[in-house]
Amino acid sequence: MGYFEELTVGQRRELGSFTFTAELIKKFASQFDPQRFHLDEEEGRNSLFGGLAASGWHVGSACMKLLVADGQRQAAEAAARGEKPAVWGPSPGFRDLRWLKPVLAGDTISYASEVESLRASGSRPEWGIMQARTTGTNQRGELVFSFLASGFVPRRSPAA
Amino acid sequence: MTLTFEDFPVGHFGTFGPRHVTREEIIAFASEFDPQPMHLDEEAAKRTMLRGLSGSGWHLCSIMMRMMFDGYIGNTASLGSPGVDEVRWLSPLRPSDDLMLDIDVTEARVSRSRPETGIVTFAMRIRNAANVTLLEATSPIIVKRRATATAARS
Repeated sequence: MGYFEELTVGQRRELGSFTFTAELIKKFASQFDPQRFHLDEEEGRNSLFGGLAASGWHVGSACMKLLVADGQRQAAEAAARGEKPAVWGPSPGFRDLRWLKPVLAGDTISYASEVESLRASGSRPEWGIMQARTTGTNQRGELVFSFLASGFVPRRSPAA
Repeated sequence: MTLTFEDFPVGHFGTFGPRHVTREEIIAFASEFDPQPMHLDEEAAKRTMLRGLSGSGWHLCSIMMRMMFDGYIGNTASLGSPGVDEVRWLSPLRPSDDLMLDIDVTEARVSRSRPETGIVTFAMRIRNAANVTLLEATSPIIVKRRATATAARS
């Protein structure tokens, strides 16, 4: 994860992939989203999803997991170069989240993130705010998940 | 009685909770899905913008999903949701918070492509016991209309 000054609109990062096994789908669903089509293969087949489907919040949480792992990789690379790694701040939220196609048991979703906008924070001069279109694509190349994430990114030098 | 499209007129739908959130579950969720220092470790979290241990925003969304399930979705002829228009994380989720969920229906319309269903859009708000708003969100779900839901049962 770089500093605000190093980011440019259009910059894209591949974040890695996550396989939604039936076991993981049911574990997440039983805790947070125990709708029938997230817990049982037969109920899933009889639903609009056509199979045991991951909770949309599971699809989003797995994306977060890969975003954090990618940030940790970048921090390690910066440290290896002898630089002080940028520690990103929290996110104020997101917009336009779409569960475009079901994520079914056995699907592997590859996530990627592309910088869509960059602006200085009005109230916090040591931070910038980035918006990134973050997507998930299944093993057949179908876009299944998309949202516009935003987050605080530290500036190398505070805004004047 | 299963709730159908007709049971979601525009206006305040209900308030659900309290849901108590423990430090252990905040750390367990973060360890699996969002292992940033601000969600894992009190000392490290003190040095972050959120000034203390806080739950992952995705954890708060997932808890909201469970509160909606327990409150009404589990008893609704819901076919799922196409997405979430917006989520605003306004204040951090803290250990021992007792969460309340306010649900309003902002729009309810019959689906053009699947007229046996309707699309109900909800405004959700989560607040803690001090009445501080932690999250605001807007999201639609697809719900069967009563005639179809009844036909499916007979």
